[in-house]
Amino acid sequence: MSRIRSAFEKLGKNGQKALIPFITAGDPDPVLTVGLMHGLVAGGADIIELGVPFTDPMSDGPVIQHASERALKYGVSLKQVLGMVAEFREKDTETPIVLMGYLNPFEAMGYEKFAVEAKAAGVDGVLTVDCPPEEADQLLDSFTNAGIDPIFLIAPTTTSERIAKIASVASGYVYYVSLKGVTGATHLDFSEIEDRVNEIRKQVDLPICIGFGIRDESTAKSASRIADGVVIGSRIVQEIEQSDCQSAVKNVTAFVTSMRRAIDG
Amino acid sequence: MYDFPDSRGHFGPYGGIFVGETLMAAIEELRSVYERYRNDPEFIAEFERDLKHFVGRPSPIYHARRWSDHLGGAQILLKREDLNHTGAHKVNNTIGQAMLARRMGKKRVIAETGAGQHGVATATVAARYGLECVVYMGAEDVKRQAPNVFRMKLLGATVVPVESGSKTLKDAMNEAMRDWVTNVESTFYIIGTVAGPHPYPMIVRDFQSVIGREAKSQMMEAFGRQPDRLVACVGGGSNAIGLFYPYIEDESVRMTGVEAAGDGIATGRHAAPLCAGKPGVLHGNRSYLVQDENGQISDTHSISAGLDYPGVGPEHAWLKDTGRADYAAVTDNEALDAFHALCRFEGIIPALESSHALAHAAKIAPTMDRDKLILVNLSGRGDKDINTVAQLAGIQL
Repeated sequence: MSRIRSAFEKLGKNGQKALIPFITAGDPDPVLTVGLMHGLVAGGADIIELGVPFTDPMSDGPVIQHASERALKYGVSLKQVLGMVAEFREKDTETPIVLMGYLNPFEAMGYEKFAVEAKAAGVDGVLTVDCPPEEADQLLDSFTNAGIDPIFLIAPTTTSERIAKIASVASGYVYYVSLKGVTGATHLDFSEIEDRVNEIRKQVDLPICIGFGIRDESTAKSASRIADGVVIGSRIVQEIEQSDCQSAVKNVTAFVTSMRRAIDG
Repeated sequence: MYDFPDSRGHFGPYGGIFVGETLMAAIEELRSVYERYRNDPEFIAEFERDLKHFVGRPSPIYHARRWSDHLGGAQILLKREDLNHTGAHKVNNTIGQAMLARRMGKKRVIAETGAGQHGVATATVAARYGLECVVYMGAEDVKRQAPNVFRMKLLGATVVPVESGSKTLKDAMNEAMRDWVTNVESTFYIIGTVAGPHPYPMIVRDFQSVIGREAKSQMMEAFGRQPDRLVACVGGGSNAIGLFYPYIEDESVRMTGVEAAGDGIATGRHAAPLCAGKPGVLHGNRSYLVQDENGQISDTHSISAGLDYPGVGPEHAWLKDTGRADYAAVTDNEALDAFHALCRFEGIIPALESSHALAHAAKIAPTMDRDKLILVNLSGRGDKDINTVAQLAGIQL
């Protein structure tokens, strides 16, 4: 069984929701990433979304753009990101890792090579932000062959026809984008989100996680009531941005701990 | 028969739709609206009326006789897109897209711009139709194209300087995409070049094809034949596609796109994806990109803000691979020489973008017989560039 599936099964048995923090690999400094990942788990993360830095993160707001820029200052490449995952796996063989990134770095490495090397490093799922299922045939073949779960986004604007298409190719979980906009935006309407998630459930037989705009205990709690998991990205990246290198792990762990309490409470 | 793109926007392996899920519905809506109107006689009639009375089309073809004589080879003819209202070919497309926006009930339009020509053309149609207009422009370009920034403001547009990345056209496009995804229901994104996700490369090509259609009939009228060569500059590639597209099946006409070699291809400081890049995915489509071995997009350089872009329209990638068009690159200095030559020999101040096409024409003309015809797309006028040129000469205006 895939790590992602067993994580959700275990959570289901305990009546818990998944806490899925996001950080950008190499931010603020590549030497800190593995430590931050362990810190996320110590704080109560069930799955880690690890951003692959890209020069042109079209779907991201300023917070995650800056994280990418900080990582790229160190020239962090996809190959190095996979190295970080392998290093994390030396001490943690259980927590699923999902890479989140844009297609071009994956394409530059070659889909087949990327999928095989990612799997070997210990990656469990990949979310390719700018590759809808219509363009994903070859990428999906490589993921299937390697045993990697392709994670897809569903948006407030996604039609039911497209939800069906996404459902037919997604595995692991689906990521419901809780608002129109880029990462890090605000203003969530949870009753609207709940209606949408319930609609999506009729068509998608996978855990549904909510992200974009989850930033504090109250939004995390509301989201966890509706969905099977909560993704928190920009707010954690902000925590990193505002910490110095010595305190980053401690601060991020403390923040994730507070989110864990909020969604368990 | 040449019949591209396919129904999902592919030109062979290029093009397609590579965007976040939130935009997929908007793209589908645009695709279906365009399908409905592209052959609608009333839509076409309104478009042609506007091109005639608002833009001032048809733009003439002018024989640059003195410059041709000086170069001592083929005759250079100029398709005078610089004479259009707003001073460049860009307005052909913004009129068409604004007509679509109105039919879709969108009250707000956004655009990215490099040199500012597309921004001005968008602000112009927005003013005319009473639409709110926001233009994203790299902070670097805001500096080097100050006259166009002021022009946009005069026309009532909000100009947002983009401080991220290399602060040029690609970053402006990222920011426009982010605005679009946030305001997707109220907003129509008027993309200025033949790039972006399908159906944009097709829509922009179709609207710009008026250039090549006119040229075909004007050439017959004035010269009794078609040119031997077409030459146009390529950033994203809209003026080049506009000229090339109606000629694609006329294989006796050789088509050459001219990219910006900046300081020289070998220096790495250039904006020439077709000449020195490799295929990848950026801004919604697959095409040639200037990128590093890790798939990160490289900073580009060109004296001309409008060509300073790491990607290129997917149809150009396809025309390159199939060999139907060929692509060359000229340096900043070569473009500047051509800029000055056209000023002095013909009394025309060309845009620095168009000066790249002129520079290539100046290279090939002397190698051809005097009875050969080279049609160069003079895509824009150079008033916007006089500050840049003056600065290079050490002159403070």
